[in-house]
Amino acid sequence: MHLLASTSCSLQLALAAMFSVLLAALLSPCLGKRSDLQRLAISLLIALSGALAIAAGISGLLGDTAAATLPIGLPWLPMHIHIDALAAFFMLTIGVLLMPVGIYSVGYMKSFTANGQSLAQLGIFLPLFALGMEGVVMADDAYAFMVFWELMSVSSYFLVTWEHAHEQNRRAGFLYLLMAHLAGLLILGSFAVLYAASGSFTFAGMRGGELSAGMATAAFLLAAFGFGMKAGVVPLHAWLPEAHPVAPSNASALMSGIMLKVAIFGFIRVTWDLVGSDAFIWWWGGLLLAAGSSSALGGVLMALQQHDLKRLLAYHSVENIGIILIGLGLAMIFAAAGHPLIAALGLIAALYHTINHALFKGLLFMGAGAVLHATGSRDMESMGGLIRHMPITAALFLVASISIAALPPFNGFVSEWLTFQTALLTPELDNTLLAALIPFSASMLALAGALAAACFVKVFGIVFQGNARSKAAEQAHEVDRWMQIGMAIPALFCLLLGVLPTLFIPLIDSVPQLLIHHSLAASVQAGHWLWLTPISAERAAYAAPLLITGLLLVGGLLYWRLHRRNNRILRGSVWSCGHPHLNPRMQYTATSFSQPLRRIFSGIYQPDKHLGNAYEDHPLIVRKIAYAVHVKDLAFDKLYRPIGTATHHLADRIAREHGRGMHAYLAYIFISIIALLIWIAR
Amino acid sequence: MKQTLTLWLLNLLQASLMLLVAPLLAGIVRKFKARLQNRRGASLLQPYQDLRKLFSKESLFADNSSWIFRTAPVVIFTATLLAASIVPIIVVDLPSAMIADVIAMTALLALARFWIALAAMDIGTAFGGMGASREMTFSALAEPAMLMGVFVMSLGAHSTNLSTMVHFALNLHHLHPSVAFALAALLMVSVAENGRIPIDNPTTHLELTMIHEAMILEYSGRHLALIEWAAQIKLLLFASLIISLFAPWGIAETIGLLPILIALGCWFAKIILLAAAVAMLESALAKIRLFEVPNYLFTAFVLAFLGMLVHYILEVGVQ
Amino acid sequence: MNQLMFIQEAISIAASLMLLISFALLAQHRLLSVLHWFSAQGIVLAITTLLVALISDHDELYFSAAMTLLLKGALLPWLLWRIIMKMHIHREVEPMVNMPVTMMIALGLVLVSFHIALPIEAISDLATHNTLAIATATVFLGMLMMITRKKAVTQVIGFLSIENALFFTAIGATHGMPMIVEIGVAFDVLIAAIIFGLFFTQMRSTFDSLDIEEIEAKAKRR
Repeated sequence: MHLLASTSCSLQLALAAMFSVLLAALLSPCLGKRSDLQRLAISLLIALSGALAIAAGISGLLGDTAAATLPIGLPWLPMHIHIDALAAFFMLTIGVLLMPVGIYSVGYMKSFTANGQSLAQLGIFLPLFALGMEGVVMADDAYAFMVFWELMSVSSYFLVTWEHAHEQNRRAGFLYLLMAHLAGLLILGSFAVLYAASGSFTFAGMRGGELSAGMATAAFLLAAFGFGMKAGVVPLHAWLPEAHPVAPSNASALMSGIMLKVAIFGFIRVTWDLVGSDAFIWWWGGLLLAAGSSSALGGVLMALQQHDLKRLLAYHSVENIGIILIGLGLAMIFAAAGHPLIAALGLIAALYHTINHALFKGLLFMGAGAVLHATGSRDMESMGGLIRHMPITAALFLVASISIAALPPFNGFVSEWLTFQTALLTPELDNTLLAALIPFSASMLALAGALAAACFVKVFGIVFQGNARSKAAEQAHEVDRWMQIGMAIPALFCLLLGVLPTLFIPLIDSVPQLLIHHSLAASVQAGHWLWLTPISAERAAYAAPLLITGLLLVGGLLYWRLHRRNNRILRGSVWSCGHPHLNPRMQYTATSFSQPLRRIFSGIYQPDKHLGNAYEDHPLIVRKIAYAVHVKDLAFDKLYRPIGTATHHLADRIAREHGRGMHAYLAYIFISIIALLIWIAR
Repeated sequence: MKQTLTLWLLNLLQASLMLLVAPLLAGIVRKFKARLQNRRGASLLQPYQDLRKLFSKESLFADNSSWIFRTAPVVIFTATLLAASIVPIIVVDLPSAMIADVIAMTALLALARFWIALAAMDIGTAFGGMGASREMTFSALAEPAMLMGVFVMSLGAHSTNLSTMVHFALNLHHLHPSVAFALAALLMVSVAENGRIPIDNPTTHLELTMIHEAMILEYSGRHLALIEWAAQIKLLLFASLIISLFAPWGIAETIGLLPILIALGCWFAKIILLAAAVAMLESALAKIRLFEVPNYLFTAFVLAFLGMLVHYILEVGVQ
Repeated sequence: MNQLMFIQEAISIAASLMLLISFALLAQHRLLSVLHWFSAQGIVLAITTLLVALISDHDELYFSAAMTLLLKGALLPWLLWRIIMKMHIHREVEPMVNMPVTMMIALGLVLVSFHIALPIEAISDLATHNTLAIATATVFLGMLMMITRKKAVTQVIGFLSIENALFFTAIGATHGMPMIVEIGVAFDVLIAAIIFGLFFTQMRSTFDSLDIEEIEAKAKRR
């Protein structure tokens, strides 16, 4: 095995990471009889793989890059793997979540074995899923990429259909498989274009290919739609909120936390690396920006209306993928306009958010899993008051909530701040259309961030605070140590990445160096390790360590002052306007919390309300009021179904347009004038 | 080294000034309003006495309240105070402007808001949930307008660092229409963020209309005092921010006793003017309907966006 | 030179006011406030004309400034006000598309006009060349107002504001049209306003409404 003797330490670590999950998948059926050992082996091997991936990623980012050829594959096309800065970064991203999820799984899967459920399906496909993701990242030719990509897609299908007794889950799984394959087809198309230009399937060969502008655009569009579909970009996201919630929580954490990131990786690999940043055209970035803004806003707006906890989190993944895309789009625009330094900043912002999202979304899904474990339900309307029964889970969930809401001093804020700083450099562009559109999408990002904060006040407030809304919530219990540790690790990383961005950014700086031959290191650390100064200190600075010191110092002092021993706090029952006692049904629910937004954005939601009143004998005396509201995903009704029927109605419509009134005619004339003017002005 | 120490000390001084003057601003606004209504009004120092009274009273918590409820006043107060210490009011180029730029400052305020909304959800009363829901909704809708306003200012200043932005405003010799648009937008947002009329009424306890008050109904004693104080600091913060961004004249650009005294006087005079303006507006306007608030905030956003377009068209354009 | 700079800046401010007023016209819920803003538009237009007159050597611009002020700032709004009062239609504006969407379209239109006016601005060397994009935008916004409003009166105001905007464009692009054209247009507009007045009365008596949609529905039924 010349591989193990290969030159690079990072490559060996990465291979060891892949081998350890492969081992888990192979070992799992052998241990079928001894489910406890099986559970422990699978989980710990996954955790080990994560730890090895972290090590591989860090050493790869530090410059230890290498390539190798695996002795498997087609006779004329062996599998090439490599680890460069980009692969290393994504190995790190996979690792930081895979390791805690592995540890978490030890405790989480205990409930399955306790219920007598077989771990056979989970035990094979969970490690294979991890293997697929690691393999995609390591791939150095299109063939290896696609093989691992399909391994990832197919094995995750089995995770989605894990509880296949429910028909709904089978439907979600089918939709997922369909979209995954459509995505795979488009990605294959993208590689085909690159192959046509270069005559090679290896990435090294593709990089050298001569792409015409048309072919580059074709490769970009195919990759954007293919990977976008897999990443859940609006409006191609419809499968995501169906599939993610039904998988077991540790698998959902991986799917939302890193599988979507692998799609982002693929997109970066194909566009930035294989097509190359020299071939960029400004409207590519504009397209990404538009897709990113609509995903960010659309995702969070839909999330706000969910009361299935995991479904809500799945919609938040759509939002965060949007934020990453905004960063990538900005980077692409600036790279196309010849501002590599700003492009590097945008890329760093996107990558930073990528790893951030992996951490906090993974943590949130693990937290949701803990809640599901404790209460047996995903429905937020039946929860409440869990902070008293599950204090540690609650605290860790809160950390993730603050992070995802982009609030200081946690990590989500850093990446959004960097994205804003990139957007604020718009005046450097000559393109007037972009100069106005970038601030617009930046403000949509601000809106999405603030709505995410609203959404997580709702989640945390409804699930963990207030009074229990069901018996199960009342009797909830804290999860075991394994799960707590599994959740504590990403929480710690959230804090570290939030406080020490100046140490982390130089580490991932080798990625923009690889892709656009520009790095941020000089300006980021120009001030000091304390101050994060993306471009220059006069422009903007953020000193997270000082900020958190200030928060802790002043806050701690105040808290001590407020709660000294002789300052007792009286306890009493809540005053309830003279009503004898408050009961949990009087609380605000998840549905009522989001009512104002439902009303404000009713044009987007088009809520379907049902009010069923039951009366006593007299129509003025109400006995019971039933209120139900359903918000469906517009993408289904407004995009998918219409595509099928649109062609049928086209002819009818043209005929009907002639019957419109004066306004329409005025509008036609006006629109044609504008179109002509734009055309003339070109 | 000594220089740095002086700067930090000045920074500390500035923060304490914010801390101490904040209740006075509330008093001034109230006094102006009373006068406009032909009343004599309470003493200017009344807010201080209110705070003292609350601090000396014991706090009463609900049985089922969690640690979130206990820590919320502290987090709110700390975050607001830190945000306030970033705004240059007397001396420009202080080190705290390096700690957080204007975006980080709004994020600190958002942290405070996040926590107060959580505290409102803590007990499980309907009022708390209602307040939290409304506050988070409307503050979210205010965010794009706020960011766009800041964006317009940073287009000219090429920075989001508040010190640099103050320098830009000081060197603004031309009349820039875009700045006027941004000012209008930020004023509108400030009114909304501080829960003043016409968005919210800080003195109301009518459940149909209240937003901020609904969230803090369950607080009492010294915990309530901290929250009230934080709200006063926030008002002063926004007033100072608007002064610093749009009318920083008089602020000390060098360190010395005389410039600092002049700056202090100027800042105080401008604060009083703003307080008068707030009082006039609050007396003249009626609170708008709850679901008119989105339109109001949208108007602010449109103004800020127009400011940006006007900047590109008229101020950059083709020279 | 300093004075020239100052006037240029004043023209910029006037231009941004024109833009603001166009948005305000779109945002109003009540007919009377629409009228107020329309009158304000006339006044800003007159001021702009005056400012341009100060920096150019076209003396007749002073006359046209005075005429604009009288006609568009006072006479036309007064005529419309009388019509509104007489017909008791001062209540609602009734947009066809809701306000936020209208506003977003309007912002997009400003962007588009900026985009298409840039090449023209580049070849102009007049002091007012920067205002061209705004002038185009105000024309567009007037059209948008005509398209998105139901009531005939608001459409007329939209039409008149387009005329204002065209005038503004002319001033910005070429320092005004020839005097004779301007006077001609001014009288046309005046007569148009009077005819509109008669027209409204006629419409009201025939269809019992000034709502275009209703009128269309009724006309179809006949």
